Amino acid sequence: MPKVKVSRRGLLGGGAAAAGVAGAFAVGRAGDGAPAAAATPLAYDFHGAHQAGIVTPMQDRLHFAAFDVRTDDRDELVALLQAWTDAAARMTAGLDAGAVGAVDGASNLPPDDTGEAIGLPPSGLTITFGFGPSLFLDADGNDRFGIADRRPEALRELPHFPADNLDPARSYGDLCVQACANDPQVAVHAIRNLARIGFGTVSVRWSQLGFGRTSTTSVGQDTPRNLFGFKDGTANVKAEDTTELDSHVWVDAGDDPKAEWLAGGSYLVARRFNMTIEVWDRQPLGDQEAFVGRTKGVGAPLSGGDELTAPDFDMPGSNGAPVIATDSHLRQVHPDFHGGAKMLRRGYNFVDGSDDLGGLDAGLFFLAYVRNPDTHFIPIQLQMAKADALMEYLKVRGSALFAVPPGVAKGDYVGESLFA
Amino acid sequence: MRTPLLIAGLLLSAPVLAACGTESTGGGGGDADDPRALTVESSDDACELSASEAPAGTLTFDVANSGSQVTEFYLLGEDGLRIVAEVENIGPDLNRELTVTAPAGSYVTACKPGMKGEGIRADFTVTASDEEPVVDADDQALVDQAVANYASYVEDQSAQLLEKTTEFVELYKAEDDDAARALYADARTHWERIETVAESFGDLDPMMDAREADLEPGAEFTGWHRVEKDLWPARAEGYTPLTEDERALYADDLLANTTELDTRVQELTYTIDQIANGSRGLLEEVATGKVTGEEEYWSRTDLWDFQANVDGAKVAFEGVQPIVEGKDPELANALENRFAELQALLDSHRVGDGFKYYDELTPDEVKALSDGVNALSEPLSRLTAAVLS
Repeated sequence: MPKVKVSRRGLLGGGAAAAGVAGAFAVGRAGDGAPAAAATPLAYDFHGAHQAGIVTPMQDRLHFAAFDVRTDDRDELVALLQAWTDAAARMTAGLDAGAVGAVDGASNLPPDDTGEAIGLPPSGLTITFGFGPSLFLDADGNDRFGIADRRPEALRELPHFPADNLDPARSYGDLCVQACANDPQVAVHAIRNLARIGFGTVSVRWSQLGFGRTSTTSVGQDTPRNLFGFKDGTANVKAEDTTELDSHVWVDAGDDPKAEWLAGGSYLVARRFNMTIEVWDRQPLGDQEAFVGRTKGVGAPLSGGDELTAPDFDMPGSNGAPVIATDSHLRQVHPDFHGGAKMLRRGYNFVDGSDDLGGLDAGLFFLAYVRNPDTHFIPIQLQMAKADALMEYLKVRGSALFAVPPGVAKGDYVGESLFA
Repeated sequence: MRTPLLIAGLLLSAPVLAACGTESTGGGGGDADDPRALTVESSDDACELSASEAPAGTLTFDVANSGSQVTEFYLLGEDGLRIVAEVENIGPDLNRELTVTAPAGSYVTACKPGMKGEGIRADFTVTASDEEPVVDADDQALVDQAVANYASYVEDQSAQLLEKTTEFVELYKAEDDDAARALYADARTHWERIETVAESFGDLDPMMDAREADLEPGAEFTGWHRVEKDLWPARAEGYTPLTEDERALYADDLLANTTELDTRVQELTYTIDQIANGSRGLLEEVATGKVTGEEEYWSRTDLWDFQANVDGAKVAFEGVQPIVEGKDPELANALENRFAELQALLDSHRVGDGFKYYDELTPDEVKALSDGVNALSEPLSRLTAAVLS
């Protein structure tokens, strides 16, 4: 009796499977913010000029993992990147992580896919890889992989910001993988299988689950809310504005002579902002709005209008102060006060249950893609840490910076320009 | 750390009091069937109310700004001077809601687009009804008393802080470390009791009370916690003790800033909502710094600070308690009970004149303290609105 195939691809139905095989994705690619029709699973091509998962319309769920590389062997590291590339291309297409599949292999071997995504569509999965500063020079100053001379100038550990209370077990890392999908099980499946492929070569340093996007990366998306209850990401850099992307997100070939390999890539800042939820919830509505600088309902700046109205920081308010308070979050981080610098934010709400005191262990897992952290992140974070009213309700427990290599052409592997 | 003391004062700069004005902001519009739900459209040159009278009781004014600049809306007494209730900072195209409990009488309404002049005014009548609020004629006297008492309390605590800090820095400079350690938590008690006031001086606070991790890059670590680390270096890996000269430098700096604080405190005046907000703010300090053991990282004397914050919060509450008892007796009762419960918990950790060190508390004991803080903080977050109602 022939074996019944129940791989993910098999369950997708003929149309979707055919599309996957042909690589002719019915839906997908950056800029297409339209929701998928029910009959056509949402899938984004892993390959392209830029890595997917940056300008891709933000999915609802996240599993993010940072890895440390255990080996000193460059070939072993490259082999892992090749294996990860292959698995990522398969999983983003809705296929099993390995060529055999979750249930089609020998009964005396563990399957090469863990199986929890059987029957689930691609769910808009994107997998995005990055390299931390410690990959180039480890803590002891060793150039383990012969790439120290290609370390981008801006790829350093972030400085200490006031109110940073970092847990090393939630910070740093040699490599990172960001998996975003509209189904949490699909995102977790991706990280789980990549970690498994990497055992021996890498070890998981930390990982973070996120639910609920806190930004929009496409004009077709509604602005979601963070756990303060406010709309977040209103003024984000959007996929449709390619001029803004070139100015603020993508590294240009001429940006750093040591790091031409990073052209078409970006930098990724990852920071875990814990919110003191219980204390925040006791603040009067008017105070909450003053701290943020926007109304809680529609998200309009306090200088008036609707959500998309530009704030007027000079508009006088009551008691001789601007109607948008000087220490409001909106003002402290606004591009007007930072030389026009913008970020592409891609953060997620997180709740990791409750802490020892019964408080929600919750907040915002901040992810931002920038062309240069020295100009587009560090000064803004410093200003926020010094003077932003919201800092009273935030504790930063995790922090990391990664260089995100450019996209992968078919047949190449992620980061190939660095190792070639 | 900053506190909402001054910010909240800015939003709710409510002289209020003589009558019964409270304000809240929020969405929602007028209800055509409810004569107490009114709408106000404030434009650059007009102030249109949905009605010019309403029955006595709790009135809501949903104020929409159709003008081009920030506006304010006031309900004034018959004399056009006394502010019964107000809502500020309404940006163009935005709306905020004002809630006020108004007895029958003649009033004046005013929109103030651009916040200039006396505003666009009209007469407004509150007619007698069976929801007539009880007006306590002694409110203003209670408020005056509370404000005067609180100012005295702050000045007294500041004076004791200065006295004990003077003694403390002398001991520390003389390298009488045992005696300095014995006095440290006791002296800081007077800071923690008035912490929300002290922190309102944004220049002094980081120099006097910053924790090392909260410093800006390049900022020097000074103040109480710098000295604390030097007196209790056990948790500091590879710590180099301060030299005699360095000790004198940090000690003298702390004393100079304490003296400056004491000078400035004499000039402060308070509003009733600031006092109520200060009570809430002190409990927030407990929740974010003391109950977690972060404040006194080196000395582990967090429970002394905890008690002092609670002391200050209780004094502020008791100052406004007679007002709250008249307006929301249930809230006053709940707060009194929750303060007592939290105090009983703290008392169970007393050792001699002081407390257990933070690292002597079991996880269950810390959890119970945190639960007590939450139980008190939740009703306390409604205190200011009740005082102003």
